[in-house]
Amino acid sequence: MEFTTYSSPHLPPGGSVSRMMGFVLLALLPGSLCATWLFGWGVLVNILLAGLAAIAAEAAMLAARRRPVLPALQDGSALLTGVLLALALPPLAPWWIPVIGSLFAIVIAKQLYGGLGYNPFNPAMAGYVVLLISFPLELSLWPATDRVLDLQDTLLLVFSGNLPDTLTLDAITMATPLDIVKTRLGLSETLTEIQGSGVLGSFAGAGWEWLNLWYLLGGLWLLQQKIIKWQIPAGMLAGLFLTALLFFAWNPDTYASPLFHIFSGAAMLGAFFIATDPVSASTTPLGRLYYGLGIGVLTYVIRTWGGYPDGVAFAVLLMNMAAPTLDHYPRPRVFGHDES
Amino acid sequence: MAERANMQGRSQQAFDRLYRFHGGLVLAGHRELTVTAPIAPAGIPPLLVLPLLQHIGEPAKVLVKPGDTVLAGELLARQVGTVSAAVHASTSGTVVAVEPRPVPHPSGLPAECIVIETDGRDRWLETAGGLADYRATEPQLLLERIRDAGIVGLGGAGFPTRVKLTSGKQAIDTLIINGAECEPYITCDQRLMLERAAEVIEGVRILQHIVQPRVCTIAVEDSMPAAETALRDALEALQETGISVTRVPTIYPTGGERQLIKVLTGCEVPSQGLPADIGIICQNVGTAAAVYRAVCQGKPLVSRIVTVTGAGILTPRNLEVRIGTPLSHLVSTCGGYTQDVERLLIGGPMMGYTVNSDAVPVIKTTNCILAVTREEMPAPPPAMACIRCGKCTEVCPADLLPQQLYWYAQSGNYDAAQDYDLFDCIECGCCAHVCPSHIPLVQHYRHAKTEIWAQEKQRKKSDLARQRHEARLARLERIKQERTEKMARKKQVLTQGAGGPDPKQAAIQAALERVKRKKEVAGISPGNTDNLTPEQRQQIAAADQRRVAQKNGDRQAD
Repeated sequence: MEFTTYSSPHLPPGGSVSRMMGFVLLALLPGSLCATWLFGWGVLVNILLAGLAAIAAEAAMLAARRRPVLPALQDGSALLTGVLLALALPPLAPWWIPVIGSLFAIVIAKQLYGGLGYNPFNPAMAGYVVLLISFPLELSLWPATDRVLDLQDTLLLVFSGNLPDTLTLDAITMATPLDIVKTRLGLSETLTEIQGSGVLGSFAGAGWEWLNLWYLLGGLWLLQQKIIKWQIPAGMLAGLFLTALLFFAWNPDTYASPLFHIFSGAAMLGAFFIATDPVSASTTPLGRLYYGLGIGVLTYVIRTWGGYPDGVAFAVLLMNMAAPTLDHYPRPRVFGHDES
Repeated sequence: MAERANMQGRSQQAFDRLYRFHGGLVLAGHRELTVTAPIAPAGIPPLLVLPLLQHIGEPAKVLVKPGDTVLAGELLARQVGTVSAAVHASTSGTVVAVEPRPVPHPSGLPAECIVIETDGRDRWLETAGGLADYRATEPQLLLERIRDAGIVGLGGAGFPTRVKLTSGKQAIDTLIINGAECEPYITCDQRLMLERAAEVIEGVRILQHIVQPRVCTIAVEDSMPAAETALRDALEALQETGISVTRVPTIYPTGGERQLIKVLTGCEVPSQGLPADIGIICQNVGTAAAVYRAVCQGKPLVSRIVTVTGAGILTPRNLEVRIGTPLSHLVSTCGGYTQDVERLLIGGPMMGYTVNSDAVPVIKTTNCILAVTREEMPAPPPAMACIRCGKCTEVCPADLLPQQLYWYAQSGNYDAAQDYDLFDCIECGCCAHVCPSHIPLVQHYRHAKTEIWAQEKQRKKSDLARQRHEARLARLERIKQERTEKMARKKQVLTQGAGGPDPKQAAIQAALERVKRKKEVAGISPGNTDNLTPEQRQQIAAADQRRVAQKNGDRQAD
């Protein structure tokens, strides 16, 4: 009898890219729900807009590159890029913000480099940084957590830029805790004074601390499900925490606490969901630890001395550039080889 | 070397502390298909096909020719050189051909085989029989017996056992008997330990007598309690305290020699080295049983236990198979294929290879025939781009970076692939199994390895050609130089002579004098017509006349 021949191993494979991406999207659920609760419908509108734009851009680019469209769309990576970008954006930004961001992320940062697996930079963060540099005003439209818009007003604002007569943009937006702390420290106020103003919550920025906690929860679930490995999140949080601790110990009045740093801004989202993008990160176990540490330290540096209140996106892109070097140097000792 | 010191301090009963190797996989066993099936004889097929190369090393040299009748156990082909193994007739019959036939090999290429038409009587060659007491026998004689019996490692690699037992430059400290099957589906070793524990132990004792290790253990997986009990009972019955049984975790690929050694001793076999280099020898349980038969019964290696299994087989079971039996015969012994059989494998599902025909024979290293359905093992899904997730790194038992190896292998950057220790890859398939992008990683590594081997060969060839070319250039240069020197000398002579009246005349004069000198020395005078007899003169005149006549005749003819 005649048979077809195949190459070993013959056992059917254990996982797939779609499964991985699906798990990451699921793990984002608690964080995005918390964000919606905090900031209102704008979060979901962003997710929808950015997600749809990402999928459309991916499909168009694949078709233009004459690659099979459906299998690549099914891997879920484009959707994930869109969702991550959406979660990084202020929920009251006009509709074209998430759309432009997604288009840049998918078309320029991902597909022009060869698509999934070939992009040197994290597409979502590349898209975010382009927006941040080009449209700084729109990127500062973070809603005030105590005055959340209803769905109708949100849609009106996002799609037309108008608000009901009873509301003004100033009334419904406010700076993020990271921004406030940075600005007021710049005005030579001490942290004790800032603390008194109510912008800070129990252990970090008001509201944002809970958001970070939910992202942390989702991230821990990803770790437990072995979708991500511990090196990058642990490295990034350790880098951020330890650097913050160093300066906090030196002068707690002018440097925010390490706890504040790891539970503010995009720290947890970055540590578990953004920096862990395997394509643009280092791929060796030790390299990943250094990669994470680098992001953590750079995030602190940018937050403290840079021009922007948060620094995760820039830190990730900078460490993306270091990834090839990190891949090259710290290699594991191969079985049966001497320690070297 | 702390690990080594650790091992030296190990007591006889030890191996209670186990180590772990990096990575590996916990796989669904699928052993329930055959684990309860006792070993049954496969019977005598009408034709036996015995490849001359069933082992690592040189192919054996044929001693028979078509038309010869042979008896079971008769030597058909003898070993060539040290690393080689003899081939014996596994039943009686007539040699009908010595020719290339399809053999079980991943390449699918045919190789030289001895084909025997069996007579169904299984008449055995009269042999000297077994040794009454191997303990009173010189290890050297036992080794010769093992060699003459054509025994090779039955675990899969097929390295000649005698060579392995004598490979160490140093004394052997630890003898490990590998009963950890490790690949899913396969149960032949388990059944062997369960049903023939005493044979295995007797074989181990012989091996102990040969290599004189300080400690010896039989490793079984924690998923085979029945086999473990059988071994322990047999050891107790024999009051054997020099051999222990160690239970190791069922993590693929624990059954790999290097991985098992690591698990038991914590030592790593050096990258390009052998276990013997660190004082360890590892033998498969099946090999131990074959050693027992060779030494105590005088029987060469003519049969082995084969697991015939998979959802594509009607009644999966373990069979005692004569070497050379075509797979088709085993399958029909097991009730045949199911309707939806799709793939036929030799070996396990992780490291085994597919064959395109069931006409190929069982050889000494064939431990499992796996016939699977499409449902059981669907065609591989299309490969996607590597996303560098590093799952392969997590499971690699050799601590390699498979994603980097893949990157360099597929882009043809073989120097970098070697720099990332491509040749330490054992092709266990763990990386490919966990790859979410379904990249056939092992295939890429194999391709890169063969390319590198080919390049190496090419390089040696071109080195030789270059050496030849350089030698030729040097020769030409030398000749040229010699010629120039000669010219220069001549010129010098001529210019020195320029003081005389005419250099040309002087040269002619010199040449004439040289000729004259030469003639004087040789005693030659121009012509030999000086002292002729009258008859000779007449003959000459006649000849001259004839020549003139001839010339005239020729003219007329024109």
